[in-house]
Amino acid sequence: MTQQTDKKTAWWMLAPLLLIVLGAIGYPLIRTLLLSFTNARLTGYSDPIQFVWLENYWQAITNSAFRESAGRTTYFVLVNIGLELLLGVLVALLLNQAFRGRAIVRALLIIPLALPTVVSAIMWRWIYNPEFGVLNALLTQLGLLGQYRSYLGEPDLAMNMIILADVWKNYPIVALVALSALQLIPKELFEAAAMDGASAWTRFWRITLPSIIPALTVVIVLRTIEAVKVFDIIFVMTKGGPASSTRTLSFEVYQEAFSSLKAGSGAAYSYLVVLISAVLIFLYIWLLRRQERQ
Amino acid sequence: MNRVIALEVRSRDRRKPIRLVSSIALYTAVGLFVLLTLAPVLWLLLSSISSTNDLTNIPLRWLPNTWDFSRFTRLLDPNGQGREFVAALKNSLIVAVGATIISLLVAIPAAYSFSRFRGAQSQLLFVVLGTYMMPPVALVLPLYSILASVGLLNNVWGLLLVYCTILSPFTTWLLKTNFDTIPLEIEESAQLDGLSRWGVLYRITVPLALPGLSTAAVWALLLAWDEFFYALIFTSNINTKTIPVAIADFAAGRAVDYGLICAAGALAALPPVLIGFALQRGLMSGLTSGSVKG
Amino acid sequence: MKKMYKAFSGAIGMGLVLTGLALGQGNTTLNALFMKQAAYSEEDVQNMTAEFEKANPSIKVNLEFVPYESLRDKTIAAQASGGYDVVLFDTIWPAEYAKNGFLLDVSSRINKADQNKIFTGAWSTVQSKGKYYGMPWILDTKYLFYNTEILEKAGFKNPPRTFQELMTQAEVIKQKNLVQYPLVSSWSQSEALVADYTSYVAAFKGRFVDTSDRPVFQNGGGLKALEWMVDSVKKGLSNPNSREYAEEDVRRVFSSGQAAFALNWTYMYNLTQDPAESKVVGKVGIVPAPGAVGGAAVSAVNGSMGLGITRTSKLANEAWKFINHLTSQKVQNRYAKNSLPIWKTSYADPIVSKGQEAVIKAANISIGAMYSRPTVVRYAEWSNVLQKALQEALLGKTTAKAALADAAKQVATLK
Repeated sequence: MTQQTDKKTAWWMLAPLLLIVLGAIGYPLIRTLLLSFTNARLTGYSDPIQFVWLENYWQAITNSAFRESAGRTTYFVLVNIGLELLLGVLVALLLNQAFRGRAIVRALLIIPLALPTVVSAIMWRWIYNPEFGVLNALLTQLGLLGQYRSYLGEPDLAMNMIILADVWKNYPIVALVALSALQLIPKELFEAAAMDGASAWTRFWRITLPSIIPALTVVIVLRTIEAVKVFDIIFVMTKGGPASSTRTLSFEVYQEAFSSLKAGSGAAYSYLVVLISAVLIFLYIWLLRRQERQ
Repeated sequence: MNRVIALEVRSRDRRKPIRLVSSIALYTAVGLFVLLTLAPVLWLLLSSISSTNDLTNIPLRWLPNTWDFSRFTRLLDPNGQGREFVAALKNSLIVAVGATIISLLVAIPAAYSFSRFRGAQSQLLFVVLGTYMMPPVALVLPLYSILASVGLLNNVWGLLLVYCTILSPFTTWLLKTNFDTIPLEIEESAQLDGLSRWGVLYRITVPLALPGLSTAAVWALLLAWDEFFYALIFTSNINTKTIPVAIADFAAGRAVDYGLICAAGALAALPPVLIGFALQRGLMSGLTSGSVKG
Repeated sequence: MKKMYKAFSGAIGMGLVLTGLALGQGNTTLNALFMKQAAYSEEDVQNMTAEFEKANPSIKVNLEFVPYESLRDKTIAAQASGGYDVVLFDTIWPAEYAKNGFLLDVSSRINKADQNKIFTGAWSTVQSKGKYYGMPWILDTKYLFYNTEILEKAGFKNPPRTFQELMTQAEVIKQKNLVQYPLVSSWSQSEALVADYTSYVAAFKGRFVDTSDRPVFQNGGGLKALEWMVDSVKKGLSNPNSREYAEEDVRRVFSSGQAAFALNWTYMYNLTQDPAESKVVGKVGIVPAPGAVGGAAVSAVNGSMGLGITRTSKLANEAWKFINHLTSQKVQNRYAKNSLPIWKTSYADPIVSKGQEAVIKAANISIGAMYSRPTVVRYAEWSNVLQKALQEALLGKTTAKAALADAAKQVATLK
């Protein structure tokens, strides 16, 4: 009896979520998938639409601009998420210590997150400004830099500078989630481990990290998905320049769907972005499982 | 006996300098964190009260010649430029808070279902998550026509609904990982006492998961507060434009007043910071009640 | 678009219609999409519209203002659901809008008597394949701004008339150490770069495409133009940061006195005369962008915008009435402080020229010389290819010749 009712309850509890998520974007998702197999164009005329099956996908994969953007996006995501994870966990550990003014210091974490991306991007662009920017002034006055330099005008540097700006804005969400997970770890576990003579290092790897990994997984997956889709911050800071060195996949999707009005191939590009997200996340979860087994 | 006491005294003496060193290290690390978080924001605030001429001085002027707070008063003056800004603050609050509350209401039972019931439906979590991987550019046109056909275009409720589809998958997942850490025994005994599953969820599980809930709430709120692309396309006037769109409007046109954008950004960050701070206090109190588990 | 709004205003409208019926009058609402900017300002457009509504009590106009960046997106997003009746568009879009049926062909509505009274360059803003898709409204082009004080110190009485002369003057200015980099430009990877390049192409008498739409910018004037730009960076005469700068960065550098020359849109002039925004008040000259030895006498890029009727609009007649009001000489002359009229005779009108004589003097020449970016259907893709090629050459990753040859090959496939 309980099995039966449990099953029913399980579905009833899911129903609102499914209704909202699939109800609102189920149709757009399926429509986009169907579109991706056609040569549909975004036009005011009702041109006949033909199925071209995988041609759009093939065209994307053989397009060197798309491949380069995919490579740049992967770089952006990996470096970005790596740094956010590192900083996030370090800061969470730090803010989990007892010190004076902890509540206020913790609240600071929300500031970068609360600053709208548009504003944060404009702010960083201004900080990096080669002539009036505060970064050049600071580094030269500290004697770390001989003369003013450009940060967003050099193809090799621009992407890294954008990553720094994005990490500053977004790592606090990793820290916040890690912090709340840290607080759930029972103190007794640490005390017992300390009694057994485990070093702080061992305690971190054996107790702390495993306890916060489920929560970290959620936030990393979210950040990965968002990083794969990154657009606003780059659009404001460099518009994809210099010489396309900061053009990510979203620029290609946008260009296909909105600039070139190719609804069909724009849809195919989008599903490839989904695929890349999924692969990165799969890879991450796979690594995690392997780690757990060891 | 005496020897034991003597030993203890000696060990305490030896630990004193170590404690001092570690507390110096702790406060240095905290100081560094505060500096790196606040320095860019401080520059943002300085920019918001500096004139363009002060900002474009070479060599850089660290403090403005005259402190000009007029941008803040302009942004908050409901009869002038502030009309748009204050309205956008209001719209953003409705949309972000509304979407957060609905998402949590939807996510709590769903997360419980995913956490407690095994079965075919548990795989749906990843389907729901997958919907967020799609670049908004691909979904914006079908969503546009749906919203237009049900009369929810240029309507805060329409935007709120769209945001729920973004927020609920992640809050669901985050809450699931939280529920996973709550020991089953407490629930089972409650069930034996005659509580239904729903009763268990709201009487037992939710109170125990309060820290996780407040983190999820902060997270959802910040995501909604920052969303730009959907808001840009789906809203068209003062009754619906949200903060990021309003700020992008300030940045539009050819004579961009960076100071104004900085001031707007600073003001726009205030509500989520305050809400986050309040929720964090909730998090603390949740923590004490959460210490039952172990 | 804005069904909700329509439903809402429809409900209110019902009441008005009922009263209207009693008075024997209909009532219609136009939805119009404009751009947030300085010229014309939101307030100006609202005032113009209020005048229109007063003169046409049966028509109401809903105005929406969006940033330039989302003007196109919103027009495209709304076109399937209908919604806007009047939209503002940039000179680089009509070919594509026309091909895809976003805009109504208004060739038959254009008043033939006006044809010669409006600048040819302005007309080209709204034309595609010989048909008209709206009325030109905002006229704009890039001018050469120069710092009179620096030029004087360098010993030059007149601003350069050709780009070669500009190079010579810049060399002297740099030698005398008056500024580190005499010329600053908006050469970041964006439309601003293509707009600048277009001006240079016009100066060196190059062309983008031949009569059968094949790219020809990789040779002749098109190549010389880019070679000049690259050369100016190599010699340290152009600010190397130009490669990450947009128009506003150019304005800040020029207004802070760090540059002797800058190419920028009309809007910069008034701002350089505002003491809160500028350290070079009273030291700024504005002339048409230079020509070239063996090329054109002056150069200019067409940066204008036009007003059109969407093809889904059910109120084409009312929409056209509204457009005619906004683009009429009377209205344009009155609001000329922010944006110059499309009408040739306006430039002799003291109402228009008062207080901005220098700009008017330059505009009178420049507007006649406006050269357009390629009017091809797939311009957005064209521009992307060009932007990347120009940047690669400016960054020294490849030669001007190789960059343009490669770009020409790529755009040739965009049919």
